Amino acid sequence: MSRQIVIPFGPQHPVLPEPLHLDLVMEDERVVDVIPSIGYVHRGLEKLVEKRDYKDFVFIAERICGICSFIHGMTYCHAVEGVMDLDVPPRAVYLRTVWSELSRLHSHLLWLGLLADSMGFESLFMQAWRLREHVLDDLESTTGNRVIQGACKVGGVRHDVSDQKLREIVDGLGQLEAGMQDLTNVFVHDDSVKHRLSDLGVLTEQQAWDLGAAGPVLRASGVANDIRQTGYAAYDELEFTPVVETAGDCYARTVVRAKELFTSVDLIRQAVDRIPEGPIDMKVTGNPKGEFYARSEQPRGEVVHYVKANGTKNLVRFRVRTPTFTNLPPLLAAMKGIELADVPVVVLSIDPCIGCAER
Amino acid sequence: MAYMKRSPWIIHYDGSSCNGCDIEVLACLTPLYDVERFGIINTGNPKHADIFVVTGSVNEQNREVIRNIYEQMPQPKVVVALGICACSGGVFRECYNVEGGMDKVIPVDVYVPGCPVRPEQIIDGVVKALGVLEEKRARMKSGAPAEATV
Repeated sequence: MSRQIVIPFGPQHPVLPEPLHLDLVMEDERVVDVIPSIGYVHRGLEKLVEKRDYKDFVFIAERICGICSFIHGMTYCHAVEGVMDLDVPPRAVYLRTVWSELSRLHSHLLWLGLLADSMGFESLFMQAWRLREHVLDDLESTTGNRVIQGACKVGGVRHDVSDQKLREIVDGLGQLEAGMQDLTNVFVHDDSVKHRLSDLGVLTEQQAWDLGAAGPVLRASGVANDIRQTGYAAYDELEFTPVVETAGDCYARTVVRAKELFTSVDLIRQAVDRIPEGPIDMKVTGNPKGEFYARSEQPRGEVVHYVKANGTKNLVRFRVRTPTFTNLPPLLAAMKGIELADVPVVVLSIDPCIGCAER
Repeated sequence: MAYMKRSPWIIHYDGSSCNGCDIEVLACLTPLYDVERFGIINTGNPKHADIFVVTGSVNEQNREVIRNIYEQMPQPKVVVALGICACSGGVFRECYNVEGGMDKVIPVDVYVPGCPVRPEQIIDGVVKALGVLEEKRARMKSGAPAEATV
């Protein structure tokens, strides 16, 4: 057996947009063990519920993470609405669904770009981010902001979107779809991409399930688990099938996300076709009392928001379980046995979002 | 060799931010805004960098990392604090684990508020930083230290 050495990876590393530190235990070029240390982005925002009004806290819930921001805000609203037993107007529910899927589109395009960057495929990175700007334009023209939208509130949404604007978005998605087809063709069919990603960082179905993988990581290992099927927001009235791959390697995780782009486009089309007329919010009076778990499917997997309230304007406890946190143990398992040069690709293959994981 | 004052190299670090500002920094480099056409490059090596673009409200664990990056950068160097969190702590100001502002840890030259900052604002901040960089270089040339003592 050769001598073991430890190589630190992060927190500041060119491939990571966010700080994550991994100690890689190496034997020659092989990773034999990985010791993570996190906490570089921990702000302790869960405790802020004690200082903020439960309605104002939506703004902070949205800032758990800048990438999946809308879905965090929405899930927090679901949790509070669950405690207060509110029936949100259906138009608001549909608008939330449209914005959720636009968020997923922008997040997946962002990730595909970062993955290409980690492989050294710079032109593909630029193409993915070029397409992503179209989605950000749609978000900006409907909510007023590119990244953190601030569109959701307890009891509804803040902005209405005219039917004409919704139609324009759907028409624009037609063009975007053609662009995404060209883009994903490279990820799915290009030989150099396949060569780089196939049989790398493999997680078997059993491993993924046992270690608590979530979202695309779990679906790439053959488990058809998608929280959207539980029918929160308007998903119970829309039709879709979760994208599942069975190989469990980095290539499978890429294919899952590439195909999910088209599921999202389809869901937006369905939602715009069915969106009812009516109010977009309701009057919310009084304070919540009780507790509630709300679950949503984020671009990275299942997110759970737990809320406990005692009838005052401040909540007693707020707890978030984020997909990246649950995807870290599967990542460590997937990294055993890979070569040092593949570490960036495998780390990115779980779509790490440290802002979410540490809060 | 002529001094290239219009093509700074940038190092970006997430000092406990939510990601929103960080993905906007990356958006500046990609086709819609494309600052790389001016020779502005996002480098991963502090010793190559002229401008330190840093986001977030800084927590305990990140303080040393930020200071390390700053100290490794050669003079003259400019720090741009991106986002309201890096300027003052923003919405996380009252959290138990944050310092509340980048200037508690390293000297900041340009403040760019916003939550999150828009790519246009980031570019504006970096252009402003170029002026500061030029001042510091002139000061060094005259034999004075780059950082003005207040």
